[in-house]
Amino acid sequence: MENVCFYFQVHQPFRLRRYSIFDIGSNSNYFDDLKNERIMRKVAKKCYLPINNLILKLIKETQGRFKVAYSITGTALEQFEKYTPEVLESFKQLNKTGCIEFLSETYYHTLSFLYSKEEFREQVEHHKLKIMSLFKQSPIVFRNTELIFNNELAHVVEKMGYKVILAEGADHILGWRSPNYIYIAKTAENIRLLLKNYKLSDDIAFRFSNRGWEEWPLTSEKFAAWVSATQGHVINLFMDYETFGEHQWEDTGIFNFMKSLPFDLLKRNISFKFPSDFADVEPVAELDIHSPVSWADIERDLSAWMGNKMQENALRELYVLEKAVKSTNDPQIIEKWRKLQTSDHFYYMCTKWFADGDVHKYFNPYDSPYDSYISFMNILNDLVRMINNENRGGFTEKPSILLAKS
Amino acid sequence: MKVLMFGWEFPPFSRGGLGTACYGLTKGLTNNGVNVIFVVPRGAAEQGSHVDLIVADRLYIDNPKLKLRLINSPLFAYQSQEEYNNELKKLKQKLGPGFNEEIYGRDLFDEVEKYSEKAKIIASFEDFDIIHAHDWMTFRAGLKAKQVSNKPLVVHVHATEFDRTGGNPNQYVYNIEREGLHAADKIIAVSNYTKNKIINHYAIEPDKVEVVYNAIEPNKDMQIKRDIGESEKTVLFLGRITLQKGPDYFIEAAHRVLQFDPNVKFVVAGSGDMYGRMINRAAELGIGHKVLFTGHLSPKEVKKAYQLADLYVMPSVSEPFGITPLEALNNKTPVIISKQSGVSEVLKNALKVDFWDINEMTNKILGVLNYPSLNDTLVSEGSEEIQRFSWDTAAQTCMNIYSSLQTVGI
Repeated sequence: MENVCFYFQVHQPFRLRRYSIFDIGSNSNYFDDLKNERIMRKVAKKCYLPINNLILKLIKETQGRFKVAYSITGTALEQFEKYTPEVLESFKQLNKTGCIEFLSETYYHTLSFLYSKEEFREQVEHHKLKIMSLFKQSPIVFRNTELIFNNELAHVVEKMGYKVILAEGADHILGWRSPNYIYIAKTAENIRLLLKNYKLSDDIAFRFSNRGWEEWPLTSEKFAAWVSATQGHVINLFMDYETFGEHQWEDTGIFNFMKSLPFDLLKRNISFKFPSDFADVEPVAELDIHSPVSWADIERDLSAWMGNKMQENALRELYVLEKAVKSTNDPQIIEKWRKLQTSDHFYYMCTKWFADGDVHKYFNPYDSPYDSYISFMNILNDLVRMINNENRGGFTEKPSILLAKS
Repeated sequence: MKVLMFGWEFPPFSRGGLGTACYGLTKGLTNNGVNVIFVVPRGAAEQGSHVDLIVADRLYIDNPKLKLRLINSPLFAYQSQEEYNNELKKLKQKLGPGFNEEIYGRDLFDEVEKYSEKAKIIASFEDFDIIHAHDWMTFRAGLKAKQVSNKPLVVHVHATEFDRTGGNPNQYVYNIEREGLHAADKIIAVSNYTKNKIINHYAIEPDKVEVVYNAIEPNKDMQIKRDIGESEKTVLFLGRITLQKGPDYFIEAAHRVLQFDPNVKFVVAGSGDMYGRMINRAAELGIGHKVLFTGHLSPKEVKKAYQLADLYVMPSVSEPFGITPLEALNNKTPVIISKQSGVSEVLKNALKVDFWDINEMTNKILGVLNYPSLNDTLVSEGSEEIQRFSWDTAAQTCMNIYSSLQTVGI
């Protein structure tokens, strides 16, 4: 193996308040500003600031041979601006080295591709403008929310001008094939498909601190040897940026691991690449992916966000409002509706493994999936009320969620 | 292994969860090969058309592992002083000149003592390895059995006097509970919630208390429920109408729900000392026509009530375990449960509220009634989850406790 490609996902949602039926019509603030600020400050301190520092140091110490790609959601960027401007500043410092590539995605980290292509395009455009204004980069690589991917997405995104798209290298789409080569989707003409090597990525992101794992403790030396022994174009190491210091706490040794990993890889003549570096590499094969694949859970499908009736219902009721929301021409209403689209809100409603008391819980600000659904639907009722006020008479589609009193 | 068990009530006729729990546990134990000598007050056994019901039940016939011992006594579970006196009067009328004053206690507490003397006699001629006593009325019986037999005593706490009285215990009952808890070789609590009460209010070492959660028998003959076209939704309260069960919070929440949605009906099923007060309160709030009081329901009616309801609410002020939410889910009805309950420690697929938080209760009731997907998900996930609550597992935990006491050789 000659190449490694690091891509880190940076995302924070605007978490919602606990919103009761008594708030409908009397409280138009849907977001838990205090909690959002507290979480942003905590994660900045434990994760973003120290890991950004480390990456900057590594780039300098390797004379720019170490390089990484980031996808930072609009909702994270806005919260950096609002609560932790020093984090945004440190990303700008990183960007100055020239060893950083920014990717495109939906501004609000949404599932819009599955519900409205028009809304999807608007959000991707919105995000691109934000990246250009902050970092003066115009991305040519696209990653969809939670690495959700199928044939159709490749087709749509290619038409939007992107050259490379990322996806999960799930077994059920690859079969006997290796994720370490460049592919092309069956429906695409040119856009290259890069697949996450989930085994090696998850060794860092999930298994690193697991003392029950036979490879524990994972050293950078050992990891570099595994990479080196692999065949193919590139090993794609895709993971949440919060892996460093948040999912894997500092005392697990994750920072020390990262501190030496680039040198151990370089020693074995392995280079670091951006996803865009593969835009012209000849694909080894076509992949035909009908049903959407994602990087979530063991199922690697959509069930984390659309696996039960509450999730399906909440999403449907939300997207049904698109026309009505847009016809208000009220930027505040439109922005609220978009922030409600952030996929995390639906992830909190997930009941998979709930009875087992599972990992989803750690990231869930609610007591239960049911509580998050009730809050969300109450908020949606209030939004409908506001839309109706704005659109007096002009809005004919009657949402099914209206309560008797509102 | 042979267990001398002092139990209460025979389902299907029972006044509450205690009878259901004794029945389930006994069934679980005999299924696992344990011999049980089940001692109950005849008063409880003969309530209603009882004897026939017992005979009709598979647990009690053709079960070589179970031996019934009835004690002549008008005691039944959850009985108050007043209720005992009424039972005694009824008995007097029924027996006429055959009524022997000597046999029965002057009052409830006297009777509990008499009952334990009779239990002692049973313990002196029956052959068993362990004594297992359920709640305070049988603690004295368990104690006497231990004295006469020298066998280990397990006391099983389904509720403490603090739960029943909202923190104003009757001193006499408290003393019996405390004596039983201290004399026992091991204590079984129906939840950590109850375990903490035992540790804090009765000065018991935490290591002496083990938690064994109650369970449920899966409902095999569950029929497709309710008419979807029904425009009026039904919210159910089911339990004793007593301070412990929080009926007053239910009525207040009903009042608020109706301000949002007049198409809701509230059913209060059960009887108890707050019955009249609750009817008055509903009238006072102007919702008398929206709240139906059914009085005590037969087991068949209980089942029907669960099935007709769109939502079951258990707003208990202090609920050691709380089997009813499991029964509701067993009948495909979603549940809102008080956080001040043992069942909320283990049941995940339920909505949970603090019993005093009437606004949140209102919010959640309206959530279930207005958002059908919430109802569907609670029911589909919840009825699957309750399959994990098995009496066999509970019985096995009890058996481990029995064995540990035997090997220590107490």
